[in-house]
Amino acid sequence: MSVTKKVKNLQPSGIREFFDLVLGMKEVISLGVGEPDFVTPWQIREAGIYSLEEGFTSYTSNKGLYKLRLGIARYLKNRWGLEYSPEEEILITVGASEGMDLALRTLINPKDKVLIPVPSYVSYGPLTELAAGEPVYIDTTPYGFKLTPELLEKYAAKKPKALILNYPANPTGVSYTARELGEINRILLKHKILCITDEIYGELTYDFQHTPFATLKGAKGNTVYLDGFSKSYAMTGWRVGFAAGPEDIISAMNKIHQYTIMCVSITSQMAACEALQAGRRSVEEMKREYRRRREFVIAELNRMGLECHMPQGAFYAFPSIKSSGMSSIDFCQKLLKDQKVAVVPGTAFTPMAEGYVRISYASSINSLKEALNRIGAFLEKHRPVKK
Amino acid sequence: MDEILEILEKDGRRSFEDIARMLKKKPAAVKAAVARYQKEGVILKYKAVINKELIRDAASQVRALIEVNITPQKDVGFDRVAERIYSFAEVSSCYLISGTYDLLLIVEGRDLQAVSRFVAEKLAPLENVKGTTTHFLLKKYKEDGVILKHKEENKRIAISY
Repeated sequence: MSVTKKVKNLQPSGIREFFDLVLGMKEVISLGVGEPDFVTPWQIREAGIYSLEEGFTSYTSNKGLYKLRLGIARYLKNRWGLEYSPEEEILITVGASEGMDLALRTLINPKDKVLIPVPSYVSYGPLTELAAGEPVYIDTTPYGFKLTPELLEKYAAKKPKALILNYPANPTGVSYTARELGEINRILLKHKILCITDEIYGELTYDFQHTPFATLKGAKGNTVYLDGFSKSYAMTGWRVGFAAGPEDIISAMNKIHQYTIMCVSITSQMAACEALQAGRRSVEEMKREYRRRREFVIAELNRMGLECHMPQGAFYAFPSIKSSGMSSIDFCQKLLKDQKVAVVPGTAFTPMAEGYVRISYASSINSLKEALNRIGAFLEKHRPVKK
Repeated sequence: MDEILEILEKDGRRSFEDIARMLKKKPAAVKAAVARYQKEGVILKYKAVINKELIRDAASQVRALIEVNITPQKDVGFDRVAERIYSFAEVSSCYLISGTYDLLLIVEGRDLQAVSRFVAEKLAPLENVKGTTTHFLLKKYKEDGVILKHKEENKRIAISY
């Protein structure tokens, strides 16, 4: 059987082998995990179980349970002052991941350009290609991993159809203040570039209030807002997210969604309803815990000479390992073999992130401490010889 | 609640240096804050949470919840009687509560007889004690927020985006 050219040409994940190596090893301290180390709070799990006991095992409407859409609409209103109609402007998706796929397939015509600031989460480029669009990567490495107004102006000249903006960002933890976002929004509106925002880590913002892109002046009609329950409620495996946006776009996205997915698992949707009802306290608690780990990890990394900016959100540190004299993949492989600590090479996210690694601090303080000690020992051993 | 307390409540052995790093403070400042909490009696003591189910000799210890009805005394209410009761070494916890009885005790003893003897000989005869109800504990599932179970396995896959 032959595979289509399109799929064959999708960038293969360059570090599959490294991932396999990690998965094959025992007793590894892994700081390579892209999900919370908390399990879903019990009351949310309980709601899922109860829904099964009550016999909620059927399809829901394509857009998702009305109760959940209403809950999300209320959350968006109360939390961010954003008004979306639960009937027309919200779609429940299989995580934000499906939302991204739907948005791209809905908005991108063949050869349309999509701006993707990198390093970025791994799916944006491939999903753009699957939608027959053309990803245009913006290297933000020299700018503290931030999309600056100057950079955006420069790339706007290429007449892109859309920008994918993920903040707080995986893998860098970088986020944007309301003012910075305002600048980006102004340029997007000026050049008629659509904005697809992945704000899955929005609730995990530490130094300032998260600003949903759609709250910016004139942005709502120009933005597809993607979010979900995975990170803030520790619900990754439930696969529930949502897309909010203009009625015509959401309705078009729903067209694809109804043929490919039909609807998100009803159990997961029922649990997500509960998360919105009562999950706030758990979110705040988890956030405080992440913030403490962040302070700990960043201070330690800088102390051992792995220069690292302070991430403003998510649960990732993205230090430079250039002082070790090794390449990213070399560093990660040797660290794994020598010290049994797993981190992800920056090059997993873009070739431009050579010289960086992603360290997830979604692990207990004790694991983090032990892992950082081992990284320290590793650096001592492999200190480059000065000529 | 101060985050220093939140951290110590979860892990009393966390060092000042660690806490300082987690909260972006100076170790000396954390140390001073902890000293102050100890002086003020906010932090009373540090102890290990032990799963006695796993220790053979300790497992034979018997624990009971005892409801106690008492007559309050003029001027001092329940406090004087409570003090006479909680001063016994056998009483590991003592609470004044609302409802159909007044004090709730947790009493520990070597065996059933020891606890029964304590109730019959020490507690029940006290002048202001009107009555007691003893419930022997059969199994502990969770104590002070800690679930008493073997370490949970890690269910996450070791590496993911």
